[in-house]
Amino acid sequence: MLRYLCIRFLWMIPTFIGITLISFLIIHLAPGDPAELMAGGGLGAGAEVGLSTEKRATVDDAVTQWRTQFGLDKPLHEQYVVWLGKLFTLEFGESFKDQQPVIDKIAQRLPVTITLNVLSIILIYVVAIPLGIYSATHPYTVLDRFMTIGAFILFSLPTFWVAILAIVFLGGGDYFDVFPPGGLHATNYQETWPLARRGTDLALHLFLPVLILSYGGFAEMSRFMRGSLLETLTQNYILTARAKGLSENVVVYKHALRNSLVPLVTILAGLLPALIGGSVIVESIFSIPGIGQLGFQAVLARDYPVIMAVFTMGAFLTLVSILLSDILLTLVDPRISFSKRVAS
Amino acid sequence: MNGTSPSAEVWRRLRRSGTVITAVVLLVPLVFCALFADLIANDRPYTMVYEGERYYPAFRGMAVDLRLSKWPKALARVDFRHLDGVDMVRAPIPYRPNGIDLKNPLAPPSSDHFLGTDKLGRDILSGMIHGARISLTIGIVAVGLATVIGVFLGAVAGFFGGVTDLAVNRLFEIMMAIPTFFLIITISAFVASPNIFYIMAVIGLTGWVGIARFTRNEFVKVRGIEYVTAAEALGASPMRIMFLHMLPNSLSPIIVSVVFGIAGAILVESSLSFLGIGVPADVVTWGSILNEARGHTFAWWLAVFPGCAIFATVLAYNLLGEGLRDAFDPKLKARMKG
Repeated sequence: MLRYLCIRFLWMIPTFIGITLISFLIIHLAPGDPAELMAGGGLGAGAEVGLSTEKRATVDDAVTQWRTQFGLDKPLHEQYVVWLGKLFTLEFGESFKDQQPVIDKIAQRLPVTITLNVLSIILIYVVAIPLGIYSATHPYTVLDRFMTIGAFILFSLPTFWVAILAIVFLGGGDYFDVFPPGGLHATNYQETWPLARRGTDLALHLFLPVLILSYGGFAEMSRFMRGSLLETLTQNYILTARAKGLSENVVVYKHALRNSLVPLVTILAGLLPALIGGSVIVESIFSIPGIGQLGFQAVLARDYPVIMAVFTMGAFLTLVSILLSDILLTLVDPRISFSKRVAS
Repeated sequence: MNGTSPSAEVWRRLRRSGTVITAVVLLVPLVFCALFADLIANDRPYTMVYEGERYYPAFRGMAVDLRLSKWPKALARVDFRHLDGVDMVRAPIPYRPNGIDLKNPLAPPSSDHFLGTDKLGRDILSGMIHGARISLTIGIVAVGLATVIGVFLGAVAGFFGGVTDLAVNRLFEIMMAIPTFFLIITISAFVASPNIFYIMAVIGLTGWVGIARFTRNEFVKVRGIEYVTAAEALGASPMRIMFLHMLPNSLSPIIVSVVFGIAGAILVESSLSFLGIGVPADVVTWGSILNEARGHTFAWWLAVFPGCAIFATVLAYNLLGEGLRDAFDPKLKARMKG
């Protein structure tokens, strides 16, 4: 077990470096030059046309100086090695935009995104497991079919559409003014408010984003729970349990449920990348200052260090969650032996 | 059951499947709109008499788009929207998707504009009909590319095994752990001149992992069957064995994941144009109409209609995938979980 986990962990290192290398190459080889963008005041190529030779020279000077400052004048492989070296000391460099250390920006915004995602994951499991159990214990009833269709519809509903509809009809104040249209705090928010008021304010602001981030997840997860429990219920040991006269509740909740939960653990690892992708959309629609919004703004501004940091964080979190779900798997199901499994 | 071939059996199950029928009912009008968008929504009339001569501007325009013909000089400066007293037959929706009408911005649905207009006075219904073409094309081309890459890598990994398998599996792990949606946003936003072909390429190049994994797993299973050994003994080349003998036997999970992939690709494309990246500003897509709703929250028609179109399309492909999976093999569902 320990040996397997060690091998597993060692395999993660080349994967992780591979991810950073691919991201690095894509970002740096893409057309467009952040130096021009910064020196030209964001106008890029358009600014060059109207400039006299003299002014052009000044701009060129600024561009060169700027490149040297951020190390963009070195060959690409050298830049990558420098970047990777800094990573081991948890240093992501400085943002091109405002010369603030990237790590500070991440540290500021990470709690917001993590809160959003943890709340979503909890909501997904809390809603999906009971629904799935009901469907599996009452298969092919009207309510089960209704939930199957409902899950299918929820799964196909585009997040950004639901978000926009929610803002237009519930948040904008044009139709029903139930929720704030975005942000994390009310405009007149004060630190001195009593805890209850601050709590309600935050809850009101988080309600729509969390719901929208998670509805697709609970559609998928409840189907998964249903399938898993249905499959477990057909097994011989369940037949034995029933045959010795155990009540249906004991059979389902004590014997079947535990085993059917195993696949739900593995799916947790797959959930995280989807949620990180979803954060980009949800955070930018609801103007929530999290990693997703930071990343999106950085992409638009070609802020290389920030983009690289977001990629690294995302990849790291996903790899860790894959490893975690593997460990959890051995804890919930001791039959799974890793010593026999190949690391793949 | 006697005397029914497996494919006839699949076909029988497909025709009886409620999910497949629903999917087809949703997809037929969409495909129709995509194919005949120029004839359904166009400000150029089907036929008209102009300065004594008869023209067929809508059809001529299609020919010009296909580079089969040139646009007549006499019509070069004609404003088709304001032609009074001309003998002509108009399309049912007489607007171009990108025809700007600044006198009519953000008009609510009415008998002139069935689904209203956007902030530049462009007709929403026309934009949605032409948007169907863009969405379906992007979905199919992007997933086509992803399928080619995925099937090839999966086949090679499953067939050769060993070091090749290990290396390809590392690649899978990298692609799974990379925040794909953020990667797509990054590449699309960096492209110098936005173009829907880049979007197709980017979605295709990042979307092959699922298909590759299913292909690999199927190939690993089929690899041990005798007919593969027999083909090897006869001296068939690996390429021939992989793609002529093994692939046809591994098709069902691949087809199913391709159909689900199309739903995913359409969703990604519309999220991108919703975020305002990747698609040129003058191209109207479902996502770009939705994007405008962000700035004009009172204009509910900007938010409701294009979203319905995206939802219906994604739902249709998901239903089709589900129906195909059940029709191919009721046991496939369990097999595709891994």
